[in-house]
Amino acid sequence: MSLTQVAKGDMPYQVRSLYRSLLRQSNQFAAYNFREYAKRRTRDSFHEHRAETEERRVQELMQKGLKELQMLKRQTVISQFYQLDRLVVEGGKTGKQRGDDGGIVRQKDTGWD
Amino acid sequence: MSNIAPTIARQALRIASRRYPSSAFSRVSPRVAVSGARRTYVSETKPANATVNVDTAIKAEQKSFFNETGTRPRDATMATTGMSADVMMSPTAGLLKQATIMDEGTRPIYLDMQATTPMDPRVVDVMLPFMTGLYGNPHSRTHAYGWETDTGIEQAREHIANLIGADPKEIIFTSGATESNNMSVKGVARFFKRSGKKNHIITCQTEHKCVLDSCRHLQDEGFQVTYLPVQNNGLIDMAQLEAAIRPETCLVSIMAVNNEIGVVQPVEEIGNLCRSKKVFFHTDAAQAVGKIPIDVNKMNVDLMSISAHKIYGPKGIGACYVRRRPRVRLDPIISGGGQERGLRSGTLAPNLAIGFGEAARICKEEMEYDSKRITGLSNYLLEGLLSMEHTTLNGDRTRHYPGCVNVSFAHVEGESLLMALKDIALSSGSACTSASLEPSYVLRALGSSDESAHSSIRFGIGRFTTKAEIDYVLKAVKERVTFLRELSPLWEMVQEGIDPNTIEWSQH
Repeated sequence: MSLTQVAKGDMPYQVRSLYRSLLRQSNQFAAYNFREYAKRRTRDSFHEHRAETEERRVQELMQKGLKELQMLKRQTVISQFYQLDRLVVEGGKTGKQRGDDGGIVRQKDTGWD
Repeated sequence: MSNIAPTIARQALRIASRRYPSSAFSRVSPRVAVSGARRTYVSETKPANATVNVDTAIKAEQKSFFNETGTRPRDATMATTGMSADVMMSPTAGLLKQATIMDEGTRPIYLDMQATTPMDPRVVDVMLPFMTGLYGNPHSRTHAYGWETDTGIEQAREHIANLIGADPKEIIFTSGATESNNMSVKGVARFFKRSGKKNHIITCQTEHKCVLDSCRHLQDEGFQVTYLPVQNNGLIDMAQLEAAIRPETCLVSIMAVNNEIGVVQPVEEIGNLCRSKKVFFHTDAAQAVGKIPIDVNKMNVDLMSISAHKIYGPKGIGACYVRRRPRVRLDPIISGGGQERGLRSGTLAPNLAIGFGEAARICKEEMEYDSKRITGLSNYLLEGLLSMEHTTLNGDRTRHYPGCVNVSFAHVEGESLLMALKDIALSSGSACTSASLEPSYVLRALGSSDESAHSSIRFGIGRFTTKAEIDYVLKAVKERVTFLRELSPLWEMVQEGIDPNTIEWSQH
């Protein structure tokens, strides 16, 4: 079996692998908005082209995805270097402040002071 | 001899620690090896027995506490400290329980995309090489450093031209949309003044401050300026515009998408009208480019201002589209080395220009995806906000860019609502005027009262806004608006059905 045949036979696997690594890399963004966008964009673009059958087109899209992956690798590192405080929507756990319970003990109520 | 004995003992220990009888062991004591049975004289000790297990210790303590007092430690309160006995027994566990879990962040949600947008990571990625290694002056024609930045800039110019359907040669890089507006309005007017025939400019009351201020300056220089009023929905009246055009009119400047209310003006109709009357048409499309489809040839636009930081590009750069056929002649504001067709001299910033180009390329590629998403989020937000009582959308509902939602909350003071919504980055109008408490001139031009203009807030949705953020905003706005209204006695009267405008206050 030649190398090209291996590559052809492995295409679905390669696509899935790229999808997984893109998602994993997207998760590394420290900034909430970029993280959510990267995950959403990856998911949506793979779903958009899910029915693609033409081999040439699949190859093109794969190349594009690999480029995006490289970009993500660089940008996530930068994002982790310059971390800021988290946004108010992150975390999502709220509750009343009570000292004698192991649960969530903080409710953020900005704006009133 | 003295040090031999310990060595032997150590050796024996090591051998004995193995579970199987080794050959070395058998040589030392053949009797044990023969019998085959392992004989130990000291009972084995598990290493775990030597350490104190905190959990078991606490359990044991708790058990003894229960035996002695008859109550469980967590129910008992210690006399002096007021803490429960549970906490007293295991201080670390108690402290952890008392600690504040820093679970949520404190940074506000960004919902002011009309003021500026965050830079897309893809844009940053393209800009970085030009901020580190590729630092040549793009106008240097004598060495490779200049050539590489120059090719980068030319590519960026092409991306921007593609986004608006223009030729790359018609794109002039400037420092931003403000400079582009100044260049277009003052440039065209001053060029025509030299020939001495045309001295009239038409603009609109809801324009951005930089256009209005440029026009005011030209008025001082002896030009005549018509400020067109707008209808209640924020759109200009085409008949009024046609009536305002005189033979000596040289320029019409109308913005494509309003920055405060997001109304989309009929640019194509205005362009056709201006072309038929042989008047130059300038449009400030800082809020429109990359968000709604724009084609300068289809819309007959002669001059257009574009800003990079409104399309997820870097701040500090913009562009001006200047048509070549039919040629638009300008009097340049900045003169110098003759860069950018002599219209805007000065060395370009390669990293900014290239970031701008990449932002434009991404906008063209993602426009369909982005606008679908922004429309969805915008409708969701608008429905949520309008479901509250006494709220109105400012501007036309249909001819409207969905990323800009400007809503008036009646009977609430806008600035106090903004203060109450500290966890959301919002604005009551354009960023330029947000320092003053003066009500927005755009909303007053629409005919809304001062109170209504004061109580309006602009929500800007962009590429990176998430559904969770919109949910948070809806919840927060509902809570705070209700709270602020409950404080106000006027709101009680409104609830009883009395309109505050009809009250005749007794004069003392």
